[in-house]
Amino acid sequence: MMTEIPQATITATDSLIRVKDLKVHFPVYGGVLRRVVDFVRAVDGVSFSIPRGITMGLVGESGSGKTTIGRALVRLNQITDGEIFFGDKEVGQLTTRGFFPWRKRIQMVFQDPYNSLNPRMRVGRAIQEPLDIHFPRWDRRRKEGRVRELLDLVGLPRNSGERFPHEFSGGQRQRIGIARSLAVEPEFLVLDEPVSALDVSVQAAIVNLLQDLQKELNLTYLFIAHDLAVVEHISDEVLVMTGGKIVEQASAEAIYENPQHPYTKKLLEAVPAI
Amino acid sequence: MSTHLTPSSPGQTLLELRDLHIRFQSRGEEVHAVKGTRMTIAEGETVAVVGESGSGKSVTGMALTQLLPGKPACEVTGEILYRGKDLMACSGREIRQYRGKEIAYIFQEPGSSLNPVFTVGHQIAEAIKLHRPEIKDVTAEVIRALDLVHIRDPEKRFRDYPHQLSGGMQQRVMIAMALACHPKLLIADEPTTALDVTIQAQIMNLLRELREKIGMSIMLITHNFGIVKGFADRVVVMFRGEIVEEGPVEEVLANPQHPYTRALIGCIPRLGNRRERLTTIDYEEIEQALKKEERV
Repeated sequence: MMTEIPQATITATDSLIRVKDLKVHFPVYGGVLRRVVDFVRAVDGVSFSIPRGITMGLVGESGSGKTTIGRALVRLNQITDGEIFFGDKEVGQLTTRGFFPWRKRIQMVFQDPYNSLNPRMRVGRAIQEPLDIHFPRWDRRRKEGRVRELLDLVGLPRNSGERFPHEFSGGQRQRIGIARSLAVEPEFLVLDEPVSALDVSVQAAIVNLLQDLQKELNLTYLFIAHDLAVVEHISDEVLVMTGGKIVEQASAEAIYENPQHPYTKKLLEAVPAI
Repeated sequence: MSTHLTPSSPGQTLLELRDLHIRFQSRGEEVHAVKGTRMTIAEGETVAVVGESGSGKSVTGMALTQLLPGKPACEVTGEILYRGKDLMACSGREIRQYRGKEIAYIFQEPGSSLNPVFTVGHQIAEAIKLHRPEIKDVTAEVIRALDLVHIRDPEKRFRDYPHQLSGGMQQRVMIAMALACHPKLLIADEPTTALDVTIQAQIMNLLRELREKIGMSIMLITHNFGIVKGFADRVVVMFRGEIVEEGPVEEVLANPQHPYTRALIGCIPRLGNRRERLTTIDYEEIEQALKKEERV
């Protein structure tokens, strides 16, 4: 089933994602004529790279620009300036149409499993939807087989496909969101606060699932969160962000054992200790 | 009203729940959400009610002032004694004397608890006008309430609409509103779950400070043992509508007796503890443990 994916362009560089001087600015309108009076510099000159197969954690408070980076990577936000490389191909400046073949390689899981699923769409259809878009030539049986495979993969009962989102708990809904993002066999997942809306006990199960899937499917993650304890647990490397800029980048151990930036220290202190 | 109530003094029982049952009717099926809960909260005491979604912790808090739907959708039985008075026996009119005035609430999502079409000042003023008619200068009182929760420039923020405030600020407004009528008991239902960790720390510190200042009791409802430590005096652990363990926080954390409590504590990710996998809750094991207990 990999035949329909464009020829892999991963060559000499071992990083899957490389971001160079990324800027995402949002215009602020003001005055009677609603002219652009200023910009919100949500992401203001950020560079990093993510090696294949690792989990890169991205932490910061609300408003720090972490979600904007995630959304820019999947092209839900238009970038103002800078470059995004997937392998050695620049994808940040592509048109929507030009980016289309890349969409199935870069997928996103959202924070709120309650609002990110269509309440009137059966779960099976929701998971199948990306297949309809990216693999239009597949026949029905193949797609349905794939949906069952995905339900197994994320640990949901096989008959879940017939049911509606409201019949599932928060943790199960997040599993549905993960299954949907994995449907098209992506290489890279942007996980935007995937466990923040869940109970701690359910968080643990989802974090474990994500780690299992990463090993099994050789995925690369960008894990966005505000809770350093979770990020430290799941990540190989961590980026710390505030005010649209990255203030610290280090291995997960180093961030915890020897935080350099005062903001990182503040984040660490905020984690309740038991 | 105070004639019905026992006078208050520190250490005395403020609230007592006796054999509280809550049942919901859902499409012809009965859901027994709370199964015979007993609990006491003393004056000035902070009790944490910990459990997962569906454990019955939130509905317990809501039942106190009849915030749950009436029959036949929902049935509450048992006794809720507040300063010696059974709140279960109160009429709708009577209970409104307690709700907000004596027992106040803050909820998880400040964004959806505030009315988007009124300014925050207006909403806090409403509570004050209703419960403290003796106050002449309501605006000054609202500004005092906003100042109490450390909102800068309260005179300006007074005229803000909820959407103009961040999540942490909205929660501060909710707290200001809850405390504007000097309640004796604050039900804090997941007050920080929707907030960032740094804001969470700020809000918990604020509650800690105000508790000292006002001398109220707090029932902290949460799924996260992490915020309980250093905040609550006692903890009550709920599992599927039943209390499985209770005791002083330090004791329960240091030496949890029930397998469910152990599991809940075990699944919290900890800094500097990079285990391969997080512990998840094995429900079968817990149910077996519960059955064993029943047999004994």
